Amino acid sequence: MVNEKLSEPYKEVFMPKSPHLSRTDFVKTTVGVLGTIMAAVVGLPAIGYLISPATKTQESDAWIELGPLESYPIGTPTLFNFTRSKINGWEKTVNSYGIYILRRSEAEDDLLVLSNVCTHLSCRVTWKEDQQEYACPCHDAQFDIDGDVTYGPPPRPLDRYETKVEEGNLYIHFVEA
Amino acid sequence: MVQKVLNWLDERMGLQAIYDTVLDRKVPKVNWWFTLGSASLFLFVMQGITGIFLSVYYVPSPDAAYDSIQFIMNGVAFGWLIRGIHHWGASLMVIVVFAHMLRTYFYAAYKYPRELTWLTGVVLLLATLGMGFTGYLLPWNQRSYWATTVGTEIVATIPFIGDFLMQVLRGGTDLSAVTLARFFAVHIWFLPAVIAAAIGIHMYLIIRLGISNIPGKED
Repeated sequence: MVNEKLSEPYKEVFMPKSPHLSRTDFVKTTVGVLGTIMAAVVGLPAIGYLISPATKTQESDAWIELGPLESYPIGTPTLFNFTRSKINGWEKTVNSYGIYILRRSEAEDDLLVLSNVCTHLSCRVTWKEDQQEYACPCHDAQFDIDGDVTYGPPPRPLDRYETKVEEGNLYIHFVEA
Repeated sequence: MVQKVLNWLDERMGLQAIYDTVLDRKVPKVNWWFTLGSASLFLFVMQGITGIFLSVYYVPSPDAAYDSIQFIMNGVAFGWLIRGIHHWGASLMVIVVFAHMLRTYFYAAYKYPRELTWLTGVVLLLATLGMGFTGYLLPWNQRSYWATTVGTEIVATIPFIGDFLMQVLRGGTDLSAVTLARFFAVHIWFLPAVIAAAIGIHMYLIIRLGISNIPGKED
């Protein structure tokens, strides 16, 4: 306290243009800066630890064989189920997927392969033969035979898969982000 | 601005009074050995925080315990750091708590009116050792498995009730998934609750009674 009062005239006399920084202010600033650095050193690894798995999502893609093309009927979407496994943390996770295969005609390339995952919130859609549409049970969404939205909340058509036919066998290009 | 917020809070919560009572206490002239209690508290808090973080990935089941720790060490960013702090902090805490006990003993600080501080300190020392014992099993590797086998067998040597006590510890006759699950529960819930409560009493007594002087020649 005494020093602070004394320092004012000192400043005027010896360092007229110097910005005055009292001892208290210096300590406060130093503690603030060091505290921030220490909080960052402790806090950033902690945040990194928690969000780490989210930064390591691996992409995978593969051509999946769906069997002979002629085993699929023409004109009716047919469900095909398969599983894919990957390592999550310490565990092997097996996910199952369903796709609808529609042969529009005898031609090998006249195909439409749709994911059965609703584009709204990922419930599974089913083909209703009598109504000629895909129906989602969760929020009453409907898609037509081409996968386009005809009713309900989905923001986009059902996802399509790239296809190829080799030696009579049907393959789809499965891409997982 | 900060001062205004603090004043607003102080008026309603009495922060200044808490600060004065807890931190602005009168203490006799003492030496560095008197910091061991604060060091123990710091280590307990640090073990608590790193333990909470470890529980995000650790799974207390024989199928997954070892693999989940491998994942923490190799697959998670800074997992090695969090586990390393918890691992070394555990050993350090046992050493510091024990040294704190020795200091109290040799400075005769356990005498009237501080007997209860000593007694809660005994609870804290034993609970700390219990944390070490239960935590040691959780990695579920060869060393922890056999250490716990031997540790629980020692309990079985107690006359008459030893076998029963061993089975209580193991949750059956064998060291099994049941053992791992109950050691985990004791490690993260029972003992931390006991320690937190005992620390509360311990510190209340320290604040109420103050700390003792270093004994002089005439004592």
